[in-house]
Amino acid sequence: MSQPDNKTEEARSKGVLTADTIYRALLLGCASLIIVIVLAMLVVIGQGSLLSIREFGFHFLIGSVWDPVKGEFGALPFIYGTVVSSVIAVLIATPLSIGVAVFLVEQAPRSLARPIGFLVELLAAIPSVVYGLWAIFVLAPLLRVYVQPPLQAALGWTPFFKGTATGIGMFTGGLILAIMITPIITAVVRDILEAVPVTQREAALALGATKWETTKIVLANASSGIAGAVILGLGRAIGETMAVTMIIGNRPQISVSLFEPGYTIASVIANEFTEATGDLYLSALVEMGLILFVVTFVVTAVAKLLILSVGRKTRRTA
Amino acid sequence: MSKIRVTNLDFFYAKVQALHGISIEIPQNEVVAFIGPSGCGKSTFLRTLNRMNDTIPNTRADGEILIDGVNINDSKTDVVALRRKVGMVFQKSNPFPKSIFDNVAYGIQINGLHSNKADLAARVEKALTDAALWNEVKDRLNTSAFGLSGGQQQRLCIARALAVQPEIVLMDEPASALDPMATQKIEELVVELKRDYTIIIVTHNMQQAARVSDKTAFFMLGKLVEFNPTQKMFTNPNEKLTEDYITGRFG
Amino acid sequence: MDKRRLTNSIMTTLTALCAFTVVGILVLIIGYIAIQGVSSLSPAFLIETPKPVGEGGGIGNAIVGSLILLGLASLVGIPLGIAIGTYLSELGDGWFGTVVRFVADSMIGIPSIVFGVFVYALVVLQQGYFSTLAGALALALIMIPIVTRTTEEIVRLVPKAMREGALALGAPEWRVTWDIVLPAARAGIATGAMLAVARVLGETAPLLFTAFGSRFYNIYLDEPMASMPVQIYNYAISPFEEWHAKAWAATLVLITLILVINIIVRYTTRRGY
Repeated sequence: MSQPDNKTEEARSKGVLTADTIYRALLLGCASLIIVIVLAMLVVIGQGSLLSIREFGFHFLIGSVWDPVKGEFGALPFIYGTVVSSVIAVLIATPLSIGVAVFLVEQAPRSLARPIGFLVELLAAIPSVVYGLWAIFVLAPLLRVYVQPPLQAALGWTPFFKGTATGIGMFTGGLILAIMITPIITAVVRDILEAVPVTQREAALALGATKWETTKIVLANASSGIAGAVILGLGRAIGETMAVTMIIGNRPQISVSLFEPGYTIASVIANEFTEATGDLYLSALVEMGLILFVVTFVVTAVAKLLILSVGRKTRRTA
Repeated sequence: MSKIRVTNLDFFYAKVQALHGISIEIPQNEVVAFIGPSGCGKSTFLRTLNRMNDTIPNTRADGEILIDGVNINDSKTDVVALRRKVGMVFQKSNPFPKSIFDNVAYGIQINGLHSNKADLAARVEKALTDAALWNEVKDRLNTSAFGLSGGQQQRLCIARALAVQPEIVLMDEPASALDPMATQKIEELVVELKRDYTIIIVTHNMQQAARVSDKTAFFMLGKLVEFNPTQKMFTNPNEKLTEDYITGRFG
Repeated sequence: MDKRRLTNSIMTTLTALCAFTVVGILVLIIGYIAIQGVSSLSPAFLIETPKPVGEGGGIGNAIVGSLILLGLASLVGIPLGIAIGTYLSELGDGWFGTVVRFVADSMIGIPSIVFGVFVYALVVLQQGYFSTLAGALALALIMIPIVTRTTEEIVRLVPKAMREGALALGAPEWRVTWDIVLPAARAGIATGAMLAVARVLGETAPLLFTAFGSRFYNIYLDEPMASMPVQIYNYAISPFEEWHAKAWAATLVLITLILVINIIVRYTTRRGY
C-alpha cells in the first residue's frame, strides 16, 4: 500500500480544509444575501416614504382625500378598495378552493385527479396582465349583462348592490382576484389534505362514516393549515396589481356599493408612479409601497407559520 | 501490532448514550465481524471508525480511537484523509448517478491518485477485478450504474471503495439487501480481500459471521460483550449472553 | 341514514362542481385567447415594432426585450437561488437556516410591484433614467426566493446514502455537493429554474417603472426596454379596437410560451431525478 509522505499529506489536508471553508463561507454568504435584500428593501422604501410620513404622519392612513394638485394625500380610499376587493376574493375563493382540493384528494379517481390538478395549477401560471385583459373584454361584459342585473333585482334593497351596473368596479375586481387566488389556496389545501395520515380516514370509515363525514374529520384535522392557506391567498390578493388595475375603475372613493368603481394600493402605484410630479407625491406613492410590503410580508409569514404548524401536528400523530 | 485500537469509547446521539466504554483491538489483515441485535450499537461503532457520524448533527464521541497509533477521534483530524484510508461499504448499495467507470474513477480522481488517463483506466480495471465484477461489466463501462443488478451494484460500491487504496474497509451489513447467490459472492470476496486489507463487517447473519471472519465481536445495548476468535465464539464463548444470542435464544 | 347518504351525494357533487367550474374558467380564458389571438397573428406582427393606430405594427421588439430582460434576470437570479437553496439543504439545519428559509418564504409573498418600487428608488432615481438593467434586477429579485425554495426541496430528495458514499471515499464537502448532489438533482433544479422563468416572463408590474417600455428595438442595457407583458398592458388599456386585437395576439404568444414551459416541466418532473 502506497503511503504518501507526511509532508504532502499535511499540505493536502490544509488545502482541503480551506476549500471546504470557502465552500461553506460562499454558500453562507449567498444565504445571508437574501436577508440583506429584504432589509435593504425595507430601508430604501422606508427612506423614500420619509417625506410623506413626516408630512402626514398617521393621518396618511385615515385621510380620504387624494389630490395631487393640492398636495393632499390620504390613503384611506385605497386601503378600503384593497380590503374590500380582497375580502370578496377570499369569500369566493375559499369554499371554491376547498371544494376543488377535497375533490382532487378525497374523491376523484387518480386518473381524473392528475389532469384536473394540473389544469388548476396552470391557472396559477397565467400572468396578471392576461387576467386583466380577459376581465375587461370577457368577464366585465358578461357580468354587466347576466349577473349584475339579477343580483340588483334580488338584493338591490341592500346598500351593497346599488348604482349602475357597468361591469367595472370592486365586484368584478374581487371576482377576478378570486379566480387568481383559487389555484394558490387549492395547492396548499391539497398538500395539507395529502399529509393527513391514511389511518385517520380508515378509522372514520371503519366506524361506518360516509365519505363526506370522513372528509369532515380530515378537514377538521387540518383546519389551522387551511386557515393558513386562506391567509396566503389573502396576501396574494392584497398585492395583486395588473388585473385589478385594469378592471376596478381606479377612482379614489369610498363607496359601500360593490358595483361602484374603487382603487387599490397596488393599482395607484402602478398607475401614478411614472407620472408623479414632485417629491411629496412620489413619496406618498412609495409609502403606499411600504404599506404593501409590510402588510404582505407579515400576512405571508403568519400564513406560513399556520401551515407549518399543521405539518408538525400531523407528523406527530403519524 | 494492532491496526485499530479503541479505548473507552462513549457515543451520544444528543443526550442518548449509544455506546458505553468500548475497548477493542483489531489486528491487521484480518476480518472482524460485529454481531448483535438491532440497535445494539454495532453500526454506530463502525461509523465512528471513519468519523461518518460527523454528518449527523448533535452527536458526540468521547474516547480514543488509534489507527496506526494516531488518535482519529480528535478535532484536528483531517477526516477527508482519514476516510481515504478507511473505506466504507454501506448496507444499501449507493452508486452515484454516473456511469460504471465514473463511479469507480471518482474516488481516484478526487484524491489525485492517477498519473494519466491510461493509469486511471488501469486502476479502475484493477478495482473492478478485485471486486470480482470486471468480467461482468467490462463491455458496458460507460452505461449507467443504475442498470446493474443489486448484487452487482454492491460489488461496484466495493470496487469504488477499493479504488482509493484504503488500508481498512468497513462494511455495514453489505449483503443484507441481496439474494443468497449475490451474498455468497460478496462473502467470497471478503475472504479474498483479507490479504490486502483489514476488514470489519457488521452483520446480523451469524452464519455469515462464522463463514467470513477471523474474529467476532458481540455487542449488546451499546456495550461490547465479548470479542474472541470466531471459532471460539461459536463453539465455546466465555459469556452466557453470547451463547444465548448465538444459539438464538433472543435477538 | 338516508339523510346522511343524501348529504354525502350532495357534497360529492358540489366538490366535483367546484373542480369543473375552475377548469371551465381556465378553458374559457385559454379558449378566448386562442380564438381572439389567432385572427391578428401574423409573421409581420412577430417582427415589427409598435406603430400608430391604423398603421399595423407588432411586438418584435417586445419579444426581444422580454428575452433580454429574462436572460439578464436569470443570470443573477438562478445561480443565486441555487446557491441559497443548496445552503438550506446541505448546511441549513441550524437557526440561521430557519431564518433564511422563513425570509425566502415571506419574500415570495411580497407583491411584485413592491420590487418595482424598490428598484425604482434604488436604481432609477439615482441614475435618473429607466433602464433594462433596472428591469432585470427587479425580475431577478423575484426569481431568487422561488428558485431557492424549489432547489432546496429537490436537493433534499437526493438520498443521504449518496452523500455518505462520496464522503467515505475521502471527498471533501464541496466536492460531494458539486460532483454528486447537484448533478443528481440536476433535472429538478432545472425545473425549478424554468418555473421561475415562466413566472417572471408574465410579470408586468415590476417593469412599469424600471424597464419602462420602448417603441423600438433596443440592445442597450442603460436604456428603456420593451417587454411583452408591458406591451400587452399598453395595447389593452388603449381606446382603440385595433390595439385590443393586438393585445390578444400578443397574449396568445405570451401564454403559449408560458404554457409550453409549464407542460415541459410537468413531463420532466414526472420522471423524477
